[in-house]
Amino acid sequence: MDNAITLVNKKHINLWPAVLGGGALIILGLVLGGVINQYIQTVLMFIGINIILSASLNIVNGYMGEFSCGHGGFMLVGAYTSSILSVLFFTKSPWLGAPLLPPSSAVFLFPLVIIGGGIVAAFAGLLVAIPSFKTRDDYLAIITIAANFIFVSLVNNLEFIGGSRGFMGMKTTIYAMEDVADLPFTLIWTMVFSTLSVFLIRRLMRSTFGKGISSIRHDEISAEIMGVNTNNMKIVAFMVSSGLAGIAGGLFAHVLGFINPSSFNIMKSTECLVMVYLGGMGSLSGSVLSAVVFTFLLEVMRPLQILKWVIIPLMLILLMQFRPEGLMGNRELTDIFPKLKPYFKRRDL
Amino acid sequence: MRKALLAVVAAALLLMPTVLFANGQSDEKVIKIGFNIPLTGDSPKVGEGTKFAAEIIKEQINGEGGLEVGGEKYMLDFIYVDNELKAESAVSAAYKLIEQDQVLAIVGPDTSSRAIPAGQVANDNRTPLISPWSTNPNTTLDRPFVFRACFLDPFQAPVAVKFADSEFGVEKAAIMYNLEDDYSKTLAGLFKDSWEAINGPGSVVAFESYGQKDQDFSVQLTKIAASDAELLYLPSFYNKVAMIVPQAKDLGWDKPVMGSDSWGSADLVKLSEGAVKGYYFTTHYAAAGAKGATKEFIDTYNAKYGYVPDDVGALSFDAVNIVLQAIQDAGLTGDLKADRVAIKDAMTAITSYPGITGNMTFTPEGDPIKDAVVVKVNDAGEFEFVANLQP
Repeated sequence: MDNAITLVNKKHINLWPAVLGGGALIILGLVLGGVINQYIQTVLMFIGINIILSASLNIVNGYMGEFSCGHGGFMLVGAYTSSILSVLFFTKSPWLGAPLLPPSSAVFLFPLVIIGGGIVAAFAGLLVAIPSFKTRDDYLAIITIAANFIFVSLVNNLEFIGGSRGFMGMKTTIYAMEDVADLPFTLIWTMVFSTLSVFLIRRLMRSTFGKGISSIRHDEISAEIMGVNTNNMKIVAFMVSSGLAGIAGGLFAHVLGFINPSSFNIMKSTECLVMVYLGGMGSLSGSVLSAVVFTFLLEVMRPLQILKWVIIPLMLILLMQFRPEGLMGNRELTDIFPKLKPYFKRRDL
Repeated sequence: MRKALLAVVAAALLLMPTVLFANGQSDEKVIKIGFNIPLTGDSPKVGEGTKFAAEIIKEQINGEGGLEVGGEKYMLDFIYVDNELKAESAVSAAYKLIEQDQVLAIVGPDTSSRAIPAGQVANDNRTPLISPWSTNPNTTLDRPFVFRACFLDPFQAPVAVKFADSEFGVEKAAIMYNLEDDYSKTLAGLFKDSWEAINGPGSVVAFESYGQKDQDFSVQLTKIAASDAELLYLPSFYNKVAMIVPQAKDLGWDKPVMGSDSWGSADLVKLSEGAVKGYYFTTHYAAAGAKGATKEFIDTYNAKYGYVPDDVGALSFDAVNIVLQAIQDAGLTGDLKADRVAIKDAMTAITSYPGITGNMTFTPEGDPIKDAVVVKVNDAGEFEFVANLQP
């Protein structure tokens, strides 16, 4: 048996990095070659951001089986944190005046700014993680909605970051980066972060720890009896989920160059939910696929105007009628195409 | 089932890029102007107003054989892109118009939260953009390619103060505003400052706020009614005004109320069941009693679409005409990039434009200098012209 596995692994090396790296390089080449214009780049960036959002929400809604509908709130925390950091460090800020660091250093430090937003959002996730120890299902869902409202109202009332007026100035950081090297930095970092997020979630959910998270969905009490520290699992699941949403928010803020609290209200959270249920709960490749399909569909149907909002909900209704488990159910791409399996197998399994 | 589904998904995925890449054929005798407007979402009426106003211009000019630029006739091609009233959507829409549809200039987005990010995109890509209705100073600030057709927020509040001072001659005012709405908050703050500059500190006796989803305003209104305020300033959207004013009257408020241009919707009187009659607000134009080109526009619009245009319709009419004027001034070379810059220069160079919402000149920031109009909601429920004012 051992021999067989070694043989397979020798024949088919893990193709994940090659496929992703190659794809990213091709896109980059097309961008630099002028084949992909900025409109398509923007769509690609929104796809990347939506991949992070739907995949990260899937940790809680899919794998852990809770119903969180406040993802937009964590996105807001990440977006505002990284925007403030970015403006404070690399541009002339309204609070401190001169940038704290030379603007050109943004080339190297930009990912840290985004990750900083993610970390703060992860801690914001505790706001729903701790109540989740004793609350489940509908009641927890209400808490997550409340969390979303709390964050939106909080920013609405914080005058020094613009309140409802919104916050801007992040684009200057991007310009500073482009002054150093003329590359599509936002696109590159969106691709990098969405790939890393998917990779991180895959590793997490395949680990023993991740199986503990899944066990909560199957039966929380049995899991506890079996020795799974469910509170721990919940904290990790919520923090990773909201932290990644924060990263998505940071990228979103830097793509737009302007954020206001109403961009992250319950509508945004609903959008994330739709993507998760469209793709299939507990299916990582489903979340990725649905983020791509959903973003593309919204963009392609833009010329249809009002009809778009007839067609898309209708498609969702039909999908739920005939395929209630979503596009992929709880399976992965490799379950549907078993031949792909060796290419995506973890070598240390 | 599974195979069929996969085939459909695969086919859709393959088709999508081709749709995205699809590029409109460029005909040399066509002037393409993009519209980045909300046709779906929370306020589709706003986008509709812009679209209908633009359609009127297009039909008229194309009916005459096209727009004459440098001795040649060009047909107008207006491309309407829906921004769903979402900031990210407005950004994609702006990129689509600039890169995909290769438009010469963009009209819209109408509202500031969309116009600020979309204006950034237009300015970065050196494409002239004019927003008909965005009143936030940040939209045009430090952006040579971005213009607007309306006055700024800081302008309306002093006008309202000046009018209230001369019309009612009162000294104590109460203000009630929407905390979650940038527009409302800005105006409330500015009104307070200008009021206190005239009537001395402490003359604003109540400064109350409410939230976006609030339905019941009795707490704030009781305070206001109990204060010795002689005027209520209410810079809120018409749907809120329609809720607040009747509640204020129930609580015993019988003194005047003043509002801002967000009152200017045909639905205001209907929703408030006439409670707003006799009150005043500052706005961009007055439909009742209009004359000349303004009347002509209102009549055409009313005949075609069955209702009197809101101010966003009238402002869009002016915005589109300013763009067309600039195209005529600049001439067309066929080189898109050079033409866009030339149009921007021509728009900057327009010193005076006789629009249907008043004469306007542009400051170097791309903001017009024009009169505000004070209108009264008369007993017939029409918005009646009262005065033209500068602060």
